[in-house]
Amino acid sequence: MTVILNAKQINKTIGVIAERIIADLPPDSQIAAVGIRSRGEILAQRLAAKLEELSGREIPCGTLDITLYRDDLNSPANTQAKVQPTEIGFNIDDCIIILVDDVLYTGRSTRAALDALVDLGRPMAIKLAVLVERSGRELPIQADYIGFKAEVDVDKRVQVNFVESDGKDEVFVE
Amino acid sequence: MKPKNKEIIWRHKHLLGLHDLTAEEIRFILDTAKGFEQISTRSVKKAPPLRGKVVVNLFFEDSTRTRNSFTLAANRLSADVIEFTKKLSSVSKGETLLDTARNLESMGIDIIVIRHSAAGAPKLLSKNINACVVNAGDGYCEHPTQALLDVYTITKHKGNLDGLKIAIVGDIAHSRVARSDMWAMTKLGAEVTFVAPPTLMPSEVKKLPVKVSYSLDEVIEKVDVINMLRIQFERLGGNQFPSVREYSHYFGLTVERLKKAKPDILVMHPGPINRGLEIESEVADGNNSVILEQVKNGLAVRMAVLFLVNQAAAQVQA
Repeated sequence: MTVILNAKQINKTIGVIAERIIADLPPDSQIAAVGIRSRGEILAQRLAAKLEELSGREIPCGTLDITLYRDDLNSPANTQAKVQPTEIGFNIDDCIIILVDDVLYTGRSTRAALDALVDLGRPMAIKLAVLVERSGRELPIQADYIGFKAEVDVDKRVQVNFVESDGKDEVFVE
Repeated sequence: MKPKNKEIIWRHKHLLGLHDLTAEEIRFILDTAKGFEQISTRSVKKAPPLRGKVVVNLFFEDSTRTRNSFTLAANRLSADVIEFTKKLSSVSKGETLLDTARNLESMGIDIIVIRHSAAGAPKLLSKNINACVVNAGDGYCEHPTQALLDVYTITKHKGNLDGLKIAIVGDIAHSRVARSDMWAMTKLGAEVTFVAPPTLMPSEVKKLPVKVSYSLDEVIEKVDVINMLRIQFERLGGNQFPSVREYSHYFGLTVERLKKAKPDILVMHPGPINRGLEIESEVADGNNSVILEQVKNGLAVRMAVLFLVNQAAAQVQA
């Protein structure tokens, strides 16, 4: 197990992503953060808080459950995922949605999330922000905001842990 | 982020009844249903998990709520639906249940939702075909999705069923809803009382995990939830009570009677209602009534059930 980001670095990385988002997007645009359950949910909340701090505006934040949109639901190898409610308490129409996930790997979760989002409305744009990006894409998907690019062998796994879910902030390769 | 519950893997490719499910499995279905509720409120009222799957509504008895609810649930999960009605089918030419099901299965179907007047018909199907089988009511035996939507509705108002006192009133003897309700509610920790005249009480009631009362007036003050069953005239022989008026006088939920109940009592009814018989219109449409909410919740519960049996089937193939 190799730690690639510690708690301090995670916090700093989220700050950098937030700064780049603020610098990128028109100041009058309505920005909202949507995290992919489950680690993306926590990351989105932290990112939204940083965005609020930097912009002085309210940044709505929601959670997307992508279970019903997964492409491996009918695959026998699928470990049964639990369906939970999507919790997006605002209208996504005409918003710039920052879609947030912990790790970008195959791109399949992102594909599912895009399909799930457009069933909720028509955002002005969707941008993808991830804490860690690694190679291994199986779909033509790329992130707009990347916290950390990890060089990881195919047989290794990148694990993101947060205080809220795992007791400790840490990103490591196992 | 919520704390992790004990992970349950759903293994049942059929839902035949609630008698054989554990409390954890029932809670798992209810939890799953929460994730389906919002599909019906958003701009695109459809999600893709049953895309390319075929659901057959195999109804040998009449139904408004259950059939339409299953159809809409399957549609919202992107399945294709075949509507089978006894009157318009070859059953009227003498084709048996199993032959009917096997022929439908040859067309490549994935889930059969069956309602039949014979108790055990869904079980018989499940042993003889490969498709998933969901019981939408069999004889006087079970109507699992109705009970699931009942406990789902109660949970939404009362938090959980632990320690709740629930009365199920009326034609218990002919009610599959009463039986499925009893299993679901008692497994989840409620105390259930069957209330009916002796002629409408099932003969085996002493063996069931319920209290028995022959007087609604004795029970009404004590309960948190009251479920008024429909008098099923199509199943009655005619000697169960002297007159509709007398039944209504002793066992109907009237405005007067409701005044004696707890102010936050939930009034439920599985429908269709005989207005003025088992329940007065003012009560059915009143503030304590959750009758239409039950129907709404039925959709989410049935989506969850269709989703789960299909998931279990996918894993059985492994």
